[in-house]
Amino acid sequence: MSTLLEVSGVSVSFDGFKAINNLSFQIADAELRAVIGPNGAGKTTFMDIVTGKTKPDEGRIVYGDRGDSLLGMSESRIAQIGVGRKFQRPTVFEDQSVFANLMMALRKSRSPFSVLFFKPSQEDDDKVAELAGEIGLSAALHRKSGELSHGQKQWLEIGMLLAQEPRLLLVDEPAAGMTPAEREHTTDILREAAKTRAVVVVEHDMEFVRRLNCKVTVLHEGSVLAEGSLDHVTNNEQVIEVYLGR
Amino acid sequence: MTDAAFPRRQPIALRFPSVMIFLAILALFTVGVTILSEGFGIGVISTSFVKTLGKTLCLCLVALAMDLVWGYCGILSLGHMAFFGLGGYAIGMWLMYARTEIIVLESLAAAPLPPTPQEVSDGIASQIFGVVGAAEFPPIWAFAHSLPLQLAAVVLVPGLLALVFGWLAFRSRVTGVYLSILTQAMTLALSLHLFQNDSGLRGNNGLSGLQNLPGQSDISQDIVSLWFFWASAVALGLGYLLCAWVVSGKFGSVIRAIRDDEARVRFLGYPVEAFKLAVFTLTAVIAGIAGALYYPQAGIINPAEVAPIASIYLAVWVAIGGRGRLYGAVIGAAFVSLLSTWFTGGQAPDIGLGFYTINWVDWWTVLLGLSFVCVTLFAPKGIGGLVDLLVDRHSLDRHGADLGPDQGALREQEAEK
Repeated sequence: MSTLLEVSGVSVSFDGFKAINNLSFQIADAELRAVIGPNGAGKTTFMDIVTGKTKPDEGRIVYGDRGDSLLGMSESRIAQIGVGRKFQRPTVFEDQSVFANLMMALRKSRSPFSVLFFKPSQEDDDKVAELAGEIGLSAALHRKSGELSHGQKQWLEIGMLLAQEPRLLLVDEPAAGMTPAEREHTTDILREAAKTRAVVVVEHDMEFVRRLNCKVTVLHEGSVLAEGSLDHVTNNEQVIEVYLGR
Repeated sequence: MTDAAFPRRQPIALRFPSVMIFLAILALFTVGVTILSEGFGIGVISTSFVKTLGKTLCLCLVALAMDLVWGYCGILSLGHMAFFGLGGYAIGMWLMYARTEIIVLESLAAAPLPPTPQEVSDGIASQIFGVVGAAEFPPIWAFAHSLPLQLAAVVLVPGLLALVFGWLAFRSRVTGVYLSILTQAMTLALSLHLFQNDSGLRGNNGLSGLQNLPGQSDISQDIVSLWFFWASAVALGLGYLLCAWVVSGKFGSVIRAIRDDEARVRFLGYPVEAFKLAVFTLTAVIAGIAGALYYPQAGIINPAEVAPIASIYLAVWVAIGGRGRLYGAVIGAAFVSLLSTWFTGGQAPDIGLGFYTINWVDWWTVLLGLSFVCVTLFAPKGIGGLVDLLVDRHSLDRHGADLGPDQGALREQEAEK
């Protein structure tokens, strides 16, 4: 498996506070990875850096087969070359239908001109219908997404991410505010997605991470503290000290 | 999936009933006014009122543009009346030049020698600019002799200004109230510039006599007013169709998404700035065209028309009509501007309170301001929201949350089901 994303020596500070400190991180092409860490460990900032929202002070980020640098690319450009992101809070476009949300996310040309003259083909319709099936929203396709339950919005957002067909999926606390049954479904969707692409899941909930059954990276004070299987990291003394033990 | 699951497979008239209803009403209104007019009909409606109605149609068109940029894309531009004014100035320059040219040629025809082109040009210049103490054409009048070039300017000048201004503003990610202030500053700068005598556009005198079509002086204003009325109606109809088309498809989806949560749209891979710039420029062009139809009916344009307050009124019309729905903008502009004409025209009866007399010419602005505050607080959907009652549409209960974190985002109370 080749490396899809390589973050090396990245640091960023806000008003003197080092949110990310010499962080290095790698993920392979079809890999599921969980990132855990206490509050303020820099998990969200890490995602912000990869998706272009925050510019790092130093370090480099290399992505893809050609080894493109993500530094200096706009958020939309990074999204176009295959990095998808799911926010902690479900952010779907509430005033628009589930269908419109998914259709917007579908991997197509993003330039204003081609969007203006875009006419969905039967294939696109089928694609949206199929995605809606995957996320259990077939019956809600023409409802306003503002009407959906919290868990359904989370799924819709995951569905929108899948519609983007990203090669790297960054997911921030997908299970927050979900019922146990919804969590299980979410685990399935993520594991399925990770068969064909890289998925990074940031999560607080240990039970959820255990169910993902994947390699775990522990962040602490902006850098990697430990990496390995969940059992391996939970037995690491430093990890116990900073995160689990207290 | 069957086709029936996707409403957009239906014929266009069924998909957008509001567009068909609007066009039908507009057509009926146009025919009705024509029949009642002095020019072609029974003369119930005076020519000056035909002009008022024609001007109102132009205001409806610029309100459509405002709704597209603010109601749909979330950019509260307080500068669209500047684009409207620029369109008016562009067409006004040709109207004034061409009419003055005819007058000058007539007066020089009596001279023993045929006038040289320089003499003609000097004659026109001193006629037009004598009022500001100049006798030469400023460079910006270089194309004033040509109708096609000035018509092109109607579209190009507002379009280019919006393109450059928008590019600078959006690129630096200026949003929300800061963008509004910037657009307001642009408008103020433009109007202050135009107020100067050496701006080349006759300073605070503005351009006048625009109601007279050059070379058509034997045609009475009764007829000319109807020509412009029809042109305004056609422009409004076409503008409505264009806006409806823009907002109906995926483009509409994306710009509404930008309004509600700009950052999220970026992470979907859409170049948000390019979309905003496209909408800003397109609406500036629509505003320019509306202005070019408005000022020949008004007869005069001066820098006060470009002043910031005009653009604020525009936002008020759209808010009162109901932003985020095209017919709302049209209703708001028509209703408020006609009401304003009635109140400020001295037709509204004064109210005597014994100790004080409410004179509506003075108090109308207060009334307008109060209704703006009331609409914003108590009926955010505006007049257009009444349509929801008729067709029985309900709002969702989103527990009072805005629909997005962005400052232009629709509020819960504004959203339709």
